[in-house]
Amino acid sequence: MGLENIIAEALPEVLTTRLDSLINWARKSSLWPATFGLACCAIEMMSATSSRNDLARFGSEVFRASPRQADVMIVSGRVSRKMAPVLRRIYDQMPEPKWVISMGACATSGGVFDNYAIVQGVDKIVPVDVYIPGCPPRPEMLIHAVMMLQDKVMKESSRDRRDVPEREAREAFVPGTLPITDGSTAESSLPPEARPYSIASRHERRRSS
Amino acid sequence: MTTGANSENNLPENAATDPSQNLTPSPLSPLLAALQQVNREWITSTSEALGETTVIVPREHIVDVCSHLKTAPEARFDFLADICGADRGVEEEPRFEVNYHLFSTTKHHRLRLKIVLNEEDVHVPTVTGVWRTANWHERETFDLFGIIFDGHPDLRRILLPDDWQGYALRKDFPLRGYEPYSLK
Amino acid sequence: MSSAVNIPPQFEVVDRPLDTQMTISMGPQHPSTHGVLRLELVLDGEMVVKATPDIGYLHTGMEKLFEYKKYQQGIVITDRMDYLNPLGNNLAYVMAVEKLLEIEIPERAQTIRVLTCELQRIASHLVWLGTHALDIGAMTVFFYCFREREKIMNLIEAASGGRLTPSYFRIGGLMMDLPAGFERRVQQFQDGFLKSVDEFHTLLTGNRIFQKRTQGVGYISAEDAIDWGLSGPCLRGSGVDLDIRRANPYTGYEKYDFEVPTESECDVWARYMVRMREMKESHKIVTQALSRLRPGPVKADAPKVVLPDREAMKTHMDALIHHFLIVAEGFDVPAGEVYQPIEASKGELGVYVKSDGGPKPARVHFRGPSFVNLSALPHMSEGCMVADIVAIIGSLDIVLGEIDR
Repeated sequence: MGLENIIAEALPEVLTTRLDSLINWARKSSLWPATFGLACCAIEMMSATSSRNDLARFGSEVFRASPRQADVMIVSGRVSRKMAPVLRRIYDQMPEPKWVISMGACATSGGVFDNYAIVQGVDKIVPVDVYIPGCPPRPEMLIHAVMMLQDKVMKESSRDRRDVPEREAREAFVPGTLPITDGSTAESSLPPEARPYSIASRHERRRSS
Repeated sequence: MTTGANSENNLPENAATDPSQNLTPSPLSPLLAALQQVNREWITSTSEALGETTVIVPREHIVDVCSHLKTAPEARFDFLADICGADRGVEEEPRFEVNYHLFSTTKHHRLRLKIVLNEEDVHVPTVTGVWRTANWHERETFDLFGIIFDGHPDLRRILLPDDWQGYALRKDFPLRGYEPYSLK
Repeated sequence: MSSAVNIPPQFEVVDRPLDTQMTISMGPQHPSTHGVLRLELVLDGEMVVKATPDIGYLHTGMEKLFEYKKYQQGIVITDRMDYLNPLGNNLAYVMAVEKLLEIEIPERAQTIRVLTCELQRIASHLVWLGTHALDIGAMTVFFYCFREREKIMNLIEAASGGRLTPSYFRIGGLMMDLPAGFERRVQQFQDGFLKSVDEFHTLLTGNRIFQKRTQGVGYISAEDAIDWGLSGPCLRGSGVDLDIRRANPYTGYEKYDFEVPTESECDVWARYMVRMREMKESHKIVTQALSRLRPGPVKADAPKVVLPDREAMKTHMDALIHHFLIVAEGFDVPAGEVYQPIEASKGELGVYVKSDGGPKPARVHFRGPSFVNLSALPHMSEGCMVADIVAIIGSLDIVLGEIDR
């Protein structure tokens, strides 16, 4: 982050676009995923790295176990309430620039499991860049999502990821408490204890039988 | 009556059972008769359906019944396959039941023991001393139903988060829970 | 803990005060824990004093979800439990409900069930082998196993439409019959498979590093294994000859000729050898099942439970009515309870279904073999080193979807 920003701030604008292309090309060609395989989608992610659908061709050479060495977090599988704080923590441990791919229906929206145990969509916890539907999505879909992410990375600008001044960084929000999604303001204004969750699940609402 | 392809209880007297002759039900009645002989209070009722035998045991005697069944030569139920709790419904009386599924690795027969509990008094003695595998099964039943196993070495939640309020598989617990997930 | 644990003499477990012991968390996000498993390790240097599993990070509330879905809708949920052996889960649930309904399954459906379940067992063991070897350090085996597994997944996808979540079985038979040319493709796979297993043996079984990392590690005696409820290859690796396909046969397994491999060393190496031999036995069963396939119906004759043929539904009124009722309202299952055990690739998978007479179950409980196998981990891992924990978890072949449900 530091070197690119120093150069970017020093250069006139017409040259930063050249710098942007170079930086983005380097970043998109070596997106290293952090292993965050949770459930069935993890097996399809493993199949995407195996010899038939080779994800390493597209730059994801190694799946780093440590989030501090990874660029992309591919959330593959259902996120339970017990796991959600862990997910947020791993996301926070990843250094910038970082992206998130939400793989599968369960990570995107809770999937088949509309119940007490599963977080209805991982975008309630971390900001997501690419969503992949499917249960589980084919490995080819994961490769397509990685390529879409690469296109997204190419469009970034180094001015978006400016370093934050030190004082501002110190007074920033504690990670994990920012409201990530733009939920209804009425809901967020009430204290958590007063919010009744009386919306029945779609399984409870079915009229037949 | 029953499908030929599904599992049945084999005759207890014959340890080397030919697996193809498994179509006759009610093979465990000599075993249950022997059990009743030992102590009349141990069995509240028995029932046989679909090739399976279910014995309802009063709660206080469950440990004695289990130890007897583990060691008795005609029973030899050395394998506890499963402990499963069930909630019959909020208005039912008794409300909860706990099922113990026993299996014999030598004789290959199966038996289900059932305890029925009222809503106010959900204490059951633990069978961890008989089979050590009961440890996790009882923790799971406690976690999901709130049935307390007296004498358990480590009774705490196993599947739900440690600070979860309520017991998830009870019929009065809503499917979606009480509030949506938020990091705060 | 029992005194039958085989601690090598140079690693004596000494009760030291707390400042030389360290408790670390082999956390939910870890490459070697095969899913979201958290282990609390109390370490004395590199040696593990106590290893306690902490599960629940994948708890999905599936058992509660079953109570809100009709019986046939529940089949889809079972795929996601043990996601490496989804056809096995489907089979257990479907057989339990069929037992409650007392339906007779036609011969062809049973043969196809055996065929696809054994293919699924091979696929599950291939993932086990790939990930176990990867954790111990053999990365090539991982890629080879997944290559073989792709072939099986192609077959299952041809039959059912899903690679990892097929939901191929229905209450009363199968979803639909096998596609044309399926037998030829299975035969193609069969022809090349034994050579692949020999390839794995060449890479691992004679490898001294693999032997040293797996022999003598994770010892559990036969009595302890039964007491802790182990089943499947974990139990057979301790010398106990128990296989549900032999003990309580189902789906016509009594008619097939196969061996139940058993090893007597009770360690990680024994479990490895048992599973390798099981792959060859499954291969044998698939060959026999292929030769037994005869034309016939694949759905039972129970119009109130089984969906009718599409052509019949479009031309006959009663078929249309049955189809509508089954899909919209479900079928009533007579009240009762049933426990159906099967031999899944990981051990005894038992399904307990309790019905109170309606179209939705009152209680469905899955006795996951990985749940019980994992509970024996503290016993198996006393006095071993951290690297041995990785090998032991690999040999238990756990799938967190089944543990946490």
